[in-house]
Amino acid sequence: MRRAVALSAVLFLGALLLLAVNLYLPPFGSFPERGLGGFEGRSIGQHILEEAPRATGSANIVTSVVWDYRAYDTLGEATVLFTAVCGVVMLFRALGRRGR
Amino acid sequence: MSLNYAVAMLLFALGIYCLLSKRNLIKMIMGLGIMTDGLHLFLISLGYRAGGIAAILTGEMLAGGGDLAARAVDPIPQALVLTSIVINICIVALALSLAIHVYRHYGTLNPFEVRRLRG
Amino acid sequence: MTGMSLIVRTVSRLLLPFMLLFGAYVVLHGHLTPGGGFQGGVIIAASLLMLVLAHGMGRIQAAIDLLRLELAEALGGLILVGVGLAGVVVGVAKFYGHVLPLGTLGKLFSGGDLPLLNIGTGIKVAAGIALIFYAMLRMAGGEEL
Repeated sequence: MRRAVALSAVLFLGALLLLAVNLYLPPFGSFPERGLGGFEGRSIGQHILEEAPRATGSANIVTSVVWDYRAYDTLGEATVLFTAVCGVVMLFRALGRRGR
Repeated sequence: MSLNYAVAMLLFALGIYCLLSKRNLIKMIMGLGIMTDGLHLFLISLGYRAGGIAAILTGEMLAGGGDLAARAVDPIPQALVLTSIVINICIVALALSLAIHVYRHYGTLNPFEVRRLRG
Repeated sequence: MTGMSLIVRTVSRLLLPFMLLFGAYVVLHGHLTPGGGFQGGVIIAASLLMLVLAHGMGRIQAAIDLLRLELAEALGGLILVGVGLAGVVVGVAKFYGHVLPLGTLGKLFSGGDLPLLNIGTGIKVAAGIALIFYAMLRMAGGEEL
């Protein structure tokens, strides 16, 4: 019974998502002419593609976005990794001591 | 309707089905992982240019010729998905350690029985 | 946790330097080819996991213990924040500003402080994921961490 309800809910959600993707997104493969939500200006990705090798000095543009244009986000991600490792080690230390 | 968007929505729906209808904590965590993979595929497919190449300067383009800015795909969603993959690792590691704790304490991995036992 | 047979132990010992070399290559060439700190760090942690699976937890724990891994992770984090603060201290007056010279495009010594950041992240991610493996594998043996 629960499995039938879950399957029907998921099929309904899948149909809804496919309909929304067809109606509201720009066609697949149209990178600079986006117009998402009525925005008609110049895409920031195009601006970074033109300027990144000269301004940052690295040939890999994705790495220059990760470490130069968005360095704060990568610092936050390193903090999240550090916190998760601390949490896992602390949880298993408590488990070992209680199991005695 | 392209193949990328259809597969991304299929993976997302599969992940939600796993979360709704499985009675084992480890299988529900696997459903979380599948859902996140579908989402990453959707984000990267948003920045595709028809007939585009990767956003890396190699070979003869370094010597001054070539026009990367007119042929490359969008680099920003790829950078954001890199961050999201690392955060997904942290989430799955913490969720699995909590599942091991639940098993050691309650003796079962069924979330409905855990709600009934209460320590 | 016990180890595996003689063939597995010998082959893992032969494969280890190649895996470490490939991981270091992916980390160091992060600004020229696809890759970077996170990807190379996971490759180095996977080589450590291969050693633990082949030789058993006791032998590897005696060589690379928990304290060294925690120190390595803290060192990686310090490199990340230090390079960011060096921009404020040196005189560029911007967090994560350009401190080192940019260099020519396509050489190994280019990209400002990008290779330093990649090395710091590689050390941090490798030690962090190895610590997660240690914590979970110790519980499989039933001993205290």
